[in-house]
Amino acid sequence: MNQAMHAPNELLRQIEATRPTLMRLALLQLRNPTWAEDAVSETLLAAVEGVSRFANQSKLQTWVVGILKNKVLDQLRLHQRECAYATSDDENIEQSIYAPDGHFREMPADWGLPDQAVQQSQFMKVLEACMDALPGQLGRVFLMREWLEFDTAEICQELGLSSTNVWQMLSRARLRLRQCLQTHWFSPRTS
Amino acid sequence: MPADPLVQPENIMKRFSVRSCRDISALVLAREDRDLSWPERLAIRAHFVMCKACPRFEQQVRTMRGALDLWRGYRDDGGD
Repeated sequence: MNQAMHAPNELLRQIEATRPTLMRLALLQLRNPTWAEDAVSETLLAAVEGVSRFANQSKLQTWVVGILKNKVLDQLRLHQRECAYATSDDENIEQSIYAPDGHFREMPADWGLPDQAVQQSQFMKVLEACMDALPGQLGRVFLMREWLEFDTAEICQELGLSSTNVWQMLSRARLRLRQCLQTHWFSPRTS
Repeated sequence: MPADPLVQPENIMKRFSVRSCRDISALVLAREDRDLSWPERLAIRAHFVMCKACPRFEQQVRTMRGALDLWRGYRDDGGD
């Protein structure tokens, strides 16, 4: 029997149950608890109001996260002025990776992705923690690229930054992510 | 008259391969977010011939790409 027709209350409960995931994603992208709270509240409201349009063709979470992406973008636009700065960012990350002559300080390690489900879900948590650890504006730009799936031209337009700035920030973010994954996942456990 | 030494294949290789690992891995990273020019692509290929570290770095970048795609699906389609 069609779940939506059968138990609207159950659907509403399921929508509400996505709140922690939505909050985590909104925070990861917006880097501001108040903005994230607003985006999540508006998402849940829109989902409840539009629940009749959710026809069970897609998974509930996919549908709700799709709404969230729009609401998060609204927040980015609303606070555009506060987001429109390029990080002058330290060059520490590059200095920690390359010697002055431009060689790698350490041979890059051989990485492989876990193929077992349990390990994979642990890896996803580490990856997310590493994205969360990116400094504010780097994280915002990186998530726009990797979660909202914007190309760099769109990011430049939304944040009013030059493409050189955005490319540089994305590269720095990727270097930091790499370091974090090396430390917290790929390094052999000592214990 | 001898040919211009710079057009000898081995010298062309030399010209491109003097770029450091820092430069080459920067290009490998840039490729995630923009299209590279032809000389940039050539510089990577030439450098890879004689470097062990940069191909490893490239493999890490590919792994991160795969992981990020996996993560997006995981978060957007439910997964705890």
